[in-house]
Amino acid sequence: MRRMSPTHWVRWALKPLVFTACLWPLAYIIWGLLTDSLGANPIRAITLETGTWTLRFLVLTLAITPLRRLARWSDAIRLRRMLGLFAFFYGTLHFTTYIWLDQFFDVPSIVKDVMKRPFITVGFSAFLGLLPLALTSTAGWIRRLGGRNWQRLHRLIYVSALGGVLHYWWLVKADVQRPQIYATLIGVLLLYRLAVAYRRRAPRPVRSTVSSADLMRRGP
Amino acid sequence: MLIKQAPDIRSTEITPQSLYLRRREFIRATGITAAAALAGVLGGEEPAHAAEGEKLSIAKKSPFSTDEKLTPLKDVTTYNNFYEFGGDKDDPSHYSGSFKPKPWSVAIAGLCNKPGVYTLEDMLKPHPLEERIYRMRCVEGWSMVIPWVGFPLGDLLKRFEPTGDAQFVEFTTVLRPEEMPGQRRQVLPWPYIEGLRMDEAMHPLTILAVGLYGETLPNQNGAPLRLVVPWKYGFKGIKSIVKITFVETPPLNTWQIMAPEEYGFYSNVNPQVDHPRWSQARERRLGEFFKRETLMFNGYADQVASMYAGMDLRKYY
Repeated sequence: MRRMSPTHWVRWALKPLVFTACLWPLAYIIWGLLTDSLGANPIRAITLETGTWTLRFLVLTLAITPLRRLARWSDAIRLRRMLGLFAFFYGTLHFTTYIWLDQFFDVPSIVKDVMKRPFITVGFSAFLGLLPLALTSTAGWIRRLGGRNWQRLHRLIYVSALGGVLHYWWLVKADVQRPQIYATLIGVLLLYRLAVAYRRRAPRPVRSTVSSADLMRRGP
Repeated sequence: MLIKQAPDIRSTEITPQSLYLRRREFIRATGITAAAALAGVLGGEEPAHAAEGEKLSIAKKSPFSTDEKLTPLKDVTTYNNFYEFGGDKDDPSHYSGSFKPKPWSVAIAGLCNKPGVYTLEDMLKPHPLEERIYRMRCVEGWSMVIPWVGFPLGDLLKRFEPTGDAQFVEFTTVLRPEEMPGQRRQVLPWPYIEGLRMDEAMHPLTILAVGLYGETLPNQNGAPLRLVVPWKYGFKGIKSIVKITFVETPPLNTWQIMAPEEYGFYSNVNPQVDHPRWSQARERRLGEFFKRETLMFNGYADQVASMYAGMDLRKYY
């Protein structure tokens, strides 16, 4: 049998594997609903579960670029869109849970919540920020927008990730340990990008693999 | 000649005694966590229920009881806010197994004629137990209906003969980080403190509970002795009480210390005064899909509203 080429491996094994794994939290929720094992307040459990997974997928999505560079694993990029779309997917479930199960489409109450409660305002904005990213995630849209513009637009994920953490931080009553963990992870991932951008922008020091001493020895 | 011998063990390598004494608990806790993780993976996570409660003999039913549908025992004992055992709703039922509510004693202190330390048995002896089915409204926006077993707090307080200066009552929860894993981190300033104004404490609706559903309190519900004040948010119902102090000025309760702009001393259930971060107008009764309107003083306005006549409840939240 011929060995799989790396591209084949990613397309036919890694991506389906990761895709299935990403559906695990959803399966857990559905299983919990069917077996009534989500505890005394299932709506709150679903809200927490979907919200936490949105944050986790945002972290995973943001981790891809550093992972590619630092681990020199260039194929990782092939997972980024999928992970980002899963962040949007769980964010949508989280949002739907709030609108439907929690508020039951009580529009005045929802509008009041979004206007008056900073943690909901910031969470809602973070979710809205993901919407254009999900819509323009296709190859067609990258072409239409042009790589540079597309990339610029997709930097919105930084805002959404920060908004998501703030949303979590502000809703916690006393123990901010878990929000702190996400804040740290996202903070590190954003700092990495800042560092990269800074290094790119900084005037390049004259550096050569050949030292001047070598040149002198070799002569002109 | 003195021959100095180097000790075989450096002091840094010696396990502190407190840790050593807790080694079994640690091993057990690790085992429980692993088992819980496994159970979680296999689905159908069942909390390790603490020792079975003892049956209590209930002398009478109470006219204060509601006839609303009871929240199932399983929900009452697995959906708890008891930060001493952890911050998640299912933490108290999972991590209160090693808590020992027996033997128990309560210190009575402050402005009264009969201060002292009383064993729980001595404290309870003169009080016939009654069933009180109360609504319980959590400040987070959910509610339950719980059949408590207890007796009026006022009957107990009178026995210690509070003096005229005693205007408020302060309650303190036990501090046992070795049995209460949540207390090992400073999530809240331990021990938990709560307080009532004297007339609130003496009000016939205010009870000390020793049981629920006809049996002694499970650890996660505040064994062996807890406060229940049905017209106030649930966090006023301080659990596992070890000290009751008669004082002149309103005590600072724990959540007020944590976030004074969010939690006040009174914390009466009030649909018109929102928590700064969420609305208090409605609540989800556990087990119901649709939210219901929250009632003023949690539906006990007829009995308690007069105590707050003329007070600005927006200011004294």
